[in-house]
Amino acid sequence: MVNDYSILIGGEAGQGSRRAGLIIGKLFSELGYRIFIYDDYQSLIRGGHNFSQIRASNQEVLSSRRKIDFLLALDKNTFNQHQKDLDKNGIVIYDDEKVSFSTRFTKDRKMRFVGLPLKTIVQQAGGAPIMENIALVAGFAKVIGVGWPVLARILKKEFKKWPDLNLKVAETGFKGAPKLVRLRKGTNRKSLTLLTGNQAVCLGAVKAGLIFYFAYPMTPATGILHYFAKKEKEFGVKTIQMENEIGVINAALGAAYAGARTMVGTSGGGFALMTEALSLAVQSEIPMLIVESQRTGPATGVPTYTAQGDLSFVLSAGHGDILKFVIAPGDARQAYFWAGKSLNLAWQCQTPVVLLIDKQVSESTFDFDFGVLNKIKIEKPLIWDRKGEYQRYQNTKNGISPLAFPGDKRAVVKATSYEHDEFGLGVEDEKNVALMQNKRLRKFELMKRQTECLPAVEVYGKKNSSKAVIVWGSTVGPAREAAVQMGFKVIQPVIIQPWPEKQIRRALKGVKRTVLVEASATGQLADVLDRYSIKIDPHTKNPGVGVDRKVLKYDGRPFLPEEIKEKLDSI
Amino acid sequence: MKIDTNCQNTWCPGCGNFGILQSLKQAVDVLNKKGIGRENIVLTAGIGCHAKIVDYLNLNSFYGLHGRGIAVAQGIKLGNPKLKVIALAGDGDAYNEGISHLIHAAKRNIDLTILIHNNRTFALTAGQFTATSPRGFKGASSPEGNIESSFNPLKLMLVSGASFIARAYAAKSDHLRDLIVRAVEHQGFSFIDILQPCVSFFNNYQFYNQKIYEAEEKNLESEKAALQKIEEWEYEDGEAAKIPLGLFYQVRKPVYGG
Repeated sequence: MVNDYSILIGGEAGQGSRRAGLIIGKLFSELGYRIFIYDDYQSLIRGGHNFSQIRASNQEVLSSRRKIDFLLALDKNTFNQHQKDLDKNGIVIYDDEKVSFSTRFTKDRKMRFVGLPLKTIVQQAGGAPIMENIALVAGFAKVIGVGWPVLARILKKEFKKWPDLNLKVAETGFKGAPKLVRLRKGTNRKSLTLLTGNQAVCLGAVKAGLIFYFAYPMTPATGILHYFAKKEKEFGVKTIQMENEIGVINAALGAAYAGARTMVGTSGGGFALMTEALSLAVQSEIPMLIVESQRTGPATGVPTYTAQGDLSFVLSAGHGDILKFVIAPGDARQAYFWAGKSLNLAWQCQTPVVLLIDKQVSESTFDFDFGVLNKIKIEKPLIWDRKGEYQRYQNTKNGISPLAFPGDKRAVVKATSYEHDEFGLGVEDEKNVALMQNKRLRKFELMKRQTECLPAVEVYGKKNSSKAVIVWGSTVGPAREAAVQMGFKVIQPVIIQPWPEKQIRRALKGVKRTVLVEASATGQLADVLDRYSIKIDPHTKNPGVGVDRKVLKYDGRPFLPEEIKEKLDSI
Repeated sequence: MKIDTNCQNTWCPGCGNFGILQSLKQAVDVLNKKGIGRENIVLTAGIGCHAKIVDYLNLNSFYGLHGRGIAVAQGIKLGNPKLKVIALAGDGDAYNEGISHLIHAAKRNIDLTILIHNNRTFALTAGQFTATSPRGFKGASSPEGNIESSFNPLKLMLVSGASFIARAYAAKSDHLRDLIVRAVEHQGFSFIDILQPCVSFFNNYQFYNQKIYEAEEKNLESEKAALQKIEEWEYEDGEAAKIPLGLFYQVRKPVYGG
């Protein structure tokens, strides 16, 4: 395919394939391409097989594709594992001191093989063994016809540590490689920055006034903790690592009670530990943003791989009669917008909000247009007017009671996990118990109305198509790419709780057949559609059942557009 | 605004909590006079008989989940460092359900005051054994007697990094009041284990009245001296030893977030 390249670089953990992949991404971005990088790694520190797959295209790309045009192998395993996906005209660039191919093997194939003596290159330049990845990237740049000044400029920006040495290694690698193809220049003229979904979440929350981030490390949400810790001074977000996830959310609720905008982040297992306090956030009406980045479950599952299997759990999490926001962005742009929006919603409605992402959103690298930054600002919550006696749980018409914080001379601020009266003292009598339940129910209604006022459902592709793919979260990227080509309409519910019933019905107008695409073993969004009795095809045997067909994937790997296309072809 | 709320008090007549409530109210008065305004005091509580105390007081409070009050308290302190946060917890709360938060808060030496209403039983759930119930304690879940030994929470706090460690007795109200004031004024993690008789499920007034004595405060910076006092009584019943009360240990060291 012209102007849509797929590059895979792999090696053992510790060989720096991820860093190299990111530099390749930056190189293509500089050349005017839109970028998506998928990072595949295992739950280990050394050995194994890690790879980064870079997609560079003239159009926005939100997933990898199966075929590889350039295979960059830091070890033999990389070639063995991925050669099946290499395009027949593809190019293999490999470490010829570690990997060897017989002449017969290479002669029989149309693909081209470029061997580079990485260890020798690094030694000649006086570099450290880890710099073999840079030698390989430089060799690759030469192969695709990038000029040395362009590469040098990117590397200079990239390496704050030992810039000269890295540059020297790169130059040696560059000189040693042949120039085989001439890449066309990309058509993207916008200046875009590469960042992960986790980083986009951070930026969105910062823009909406985040003060605290509390966490306990858990893949794939750990990147948020690391980014905030690294940027603590720049962002002004105090980053606190606690003893466990239960400590995390309870301390976070304490900070929010004291008046600070607060977020926590974890994956499914940590979220499970947080659910008692999620219910506390509802009862005590304390704003809280919880990022849940899914990985392959159940239990410890496959820690560094992706899945969308926590949806049902997150939707029903929290004991008692509860409604919360569950919002599922599918890429970095959406992650930025909805992280910011979610923090604002949490404070406006004094409620927990779960931002439900997954490994594929969290750790993939997207190109990000900083032009969208101004779409998020701090939206002010309802603050007490300091008149009369303060009542934390004042029984208002829409269920929202004005906020005050401890330290205010005129207010006694009482938060509680018990059922309570308007002042915040525990009650057990039927009148008061029902009064507060009703207050919260009115608030839940307000949250439903709020949902319908937000862009809770995204629609792509052919608007008047009678066939629709329903898809959420990170699967939207590959599903869009496949389905739009095939004349499907694509419907993405972004807010999943409260369910945006009106917007979904509008999106489904004229649709006769629906397909759910989800990275889970059971197709959990179908249960939500069933609950709302969304009748799609009156002629199906099963009227009222949400989807006619489920396309599922549950091997820990994200969907590729080709896979979805094949499945849709057979429908 | 008066300090008592109109909330009906539902502790059993004679409950040790009344003494703690009185000491806390007086301590708040003293602190007010020393320039710490009521608005800057926040109480947190877990779940259990102890926690009802926050409903009885017109003070800022966060009535949290069982075992989690100390985690909440840390968040409040970080959220607004000007606040004086007093975390009230029961033994079931702090030594059973939420022990990880207690240990890590001590380890951080975060500037909090922890008051443990230690009645050595789960009272609100009708009398099961907790981490500080003595061996042989007969309760609803141990009719033949508790087969576990008690642990010594003060020893745990000493090794965890608490910088202010004291023991009080609910029935010695003035002594407790003074300790609370000093604990709040201490820069760092202050911990007071308050022996609190439970008239319904573990009525040990008589036992305590015979055993307790006010220990002399000396060598407060010495871990060794503190340990000696702490080990005089290991929270068992059959021990011949006396039970020392007072401040056992106080050191200055870096305060978390400070």
